[in-house]
Amino acid sequence: MAKRIVVPSPLPGFGLTFGFTTFFLSSVILLPLAALVIRALGIPFSELIGLLLDERAVASYRLSFGAAALAAAINAVFGFIVAWSLVRYEFPGRRLLDTMIDLPFALPTAVSGIALATVFSPTGWLGTKLAIAGVQVAYTWIGVVVALVLIGLPFVVRSVQPALIEVRKDLEDAAESLGAGGFHVFRRIILPTIMPALATGFTLAFARGIGEYGSVVFISGNLPLKTEITPLLIVIKLEQYDYNGAAALGFFMLAMSFVMLFAINLVQQWGQRRMGLGVQR
Amino acid sequence: MAAGASVASEVRPLTRGAKLARAFLLVVSFGFLGLLLLAPLGAILTQALAKGFAAAIESFSDPDTISAIKLTLLTAAVVVPANTIFGICAAWAIARFEFRGKSLLVTLIDLPFAVSPVIAGLVLVFLFGTQGWFGNWMLDHDVQIIFAVPGIILATIFISFPYVARELIPLMQQQGSEEEVAALSLGARPWTTFIRITLPKIRWGLLYGVILCNSRVMGEFGAVSVVSGHVRGMTNTMPLQVEILYNEYNFVAAFALAALLAMLAILTLVAKTLVEWRSGGGGH
Repeated sequence: MAKRIVVPSPLPGFGLTFGFTTFFLSSVILLPLAALVIRALGIPFSELIGLLLDERAVASYRLSFGAAALAAAINAVFGFIVAWSLVRYEFPGRRLLDTMIDLPFALPTAVSGIALATVFSPTGWLGTKLAIAGVQVAYTWIGVVVALVLIGLPFVVRSVQPALIEVRKDLEDAAESLGAGGFHVFRRIILPTIMPALATGFTLAFARGIGEYGSVVFISGNLPLKTEITPLLIVIKLEQYDYNGAAALGFFMLAMSFVMLFAINLVQQWGQRRMGLGVQR
Repeated sequence: MAAGASVASEVRPLTRGAKLARAFLLVVSFGFLGLLLLAPLGAILTQALAKGFAAAIESFSDPDTISAIKLTLLTAAVVVPANTIFGICAAWAIARFEFRGKSLLVTLIDLPFAVSPVIAGLVLVFLFGTQGWFGNWMLDHDVQIIFAVPGIILATIFISFPYVARELIPLMQQQGSEEEVAALSLGARPWTTFIRITLPKIRWGLLYGVILCNSRVMGEFGAVSVVSGHVRGMTNTMPLQVEILYNEYNFVAAFALAALLAMLAILTLVAKTLVEWRSGGGGH
């Protein structure tokens, strides 16, 4: 053996814990994922491409990815403002608000889904007011965006908060004392420092958004070609016993998950490099 | 966690512009969160109580709802311990030893967070469904996983897999293993060392992970929806029962059950905050 696979340690239990970890991981995660991949790759290539580029499928990608990107962008703006308020200002109820940020994580997605659908339905509390302005949220693509904003909010706020704490107050004060305006300080000092965290939050929210199901299906109306997200299309294909169609779309979504994992890694590495340079100065 | 940083802005009096900015940003924050978080919570409560408190309570006597609550509790009773044992094992192997392929293992453990819940259900169909790898074997042996409770449990394990491991790995890496090594060199048995030394050291992180895991397990919808088959009184969990009642326009019952789940979510947040305080602020 040229290299040791395991570095010797005085602690016991490596064989047992490592063995159980890999066994459990393989049987409940990797084996099922392999079943999907092999099923999808068993479809003749031209048929697979046809299934992936089907009109209804392409319309669902546009909605899923478009709405997730828009929702993540909205969260990048408002999530930043919320994080800023929580970090920089002292106000009554700050602790409570800080705790509430995680509500979308804790609330079952189906519950958020029916609640949003009720609030924004044409007869709902907000829906009636928006209807006067001529905007319909529920059962349109806007509803999908609203649901994904709710789901993505904690990712952005929780990414940005620690970075905002790290912003060097002395730099801000120095800039201000030299006559820099508030906006200038924000653009030249605060934004560059928190940019990696904001990018991480955006990517996490986006990744979660493209796979989200429960909170979306109640408010989206689920019209083929119009308000049908890709995860829902997979469910529909399964219900119609179109296993090839479900496998092809599932494979595509799984591949996208890996792309997103890779993107999140890249963003975090970029952030670490940036922060590392900042400290050295 | 933000307490230290907010002091700085109070050191000197705010200028007029800063005060205006502060007021504006706070109004935007409260407005945004009120619209996004409070309005839905309010909607759940008003809808649940639309026909009075008694009607909401009465809806819980529906046998299908009772069996949905039971199934959710059963699922949690199986999945949470399974993922907890897995999490402890994974954290012990990853945080206490150096081995090749460690970062790959960590990435793979995180994988379920990146995958759509619908995919978590779909993969099980290709494994255990009539079309799946083990489909024929299961038909021959009269075993049913898809559209039955085992499928629900497997799908739930899939989506809540990383929670405990993710809390424990960084915590145990940061704590190091000097105490364990000392106890072992003084002759303590491995199991005793784990129970007496390691477990007390990681208890808050462990509890935190278990709380988050349980919350996800009880609330999961997408993954479970694909494999459940929606057999009333048999394979419906609480979130699935909410969907069925909602689609039947039985809004009082749907929102009463949703309110129960929302209460669970709020309890989770309270417990999580308490654990964060007890463990000294934590890194969350």
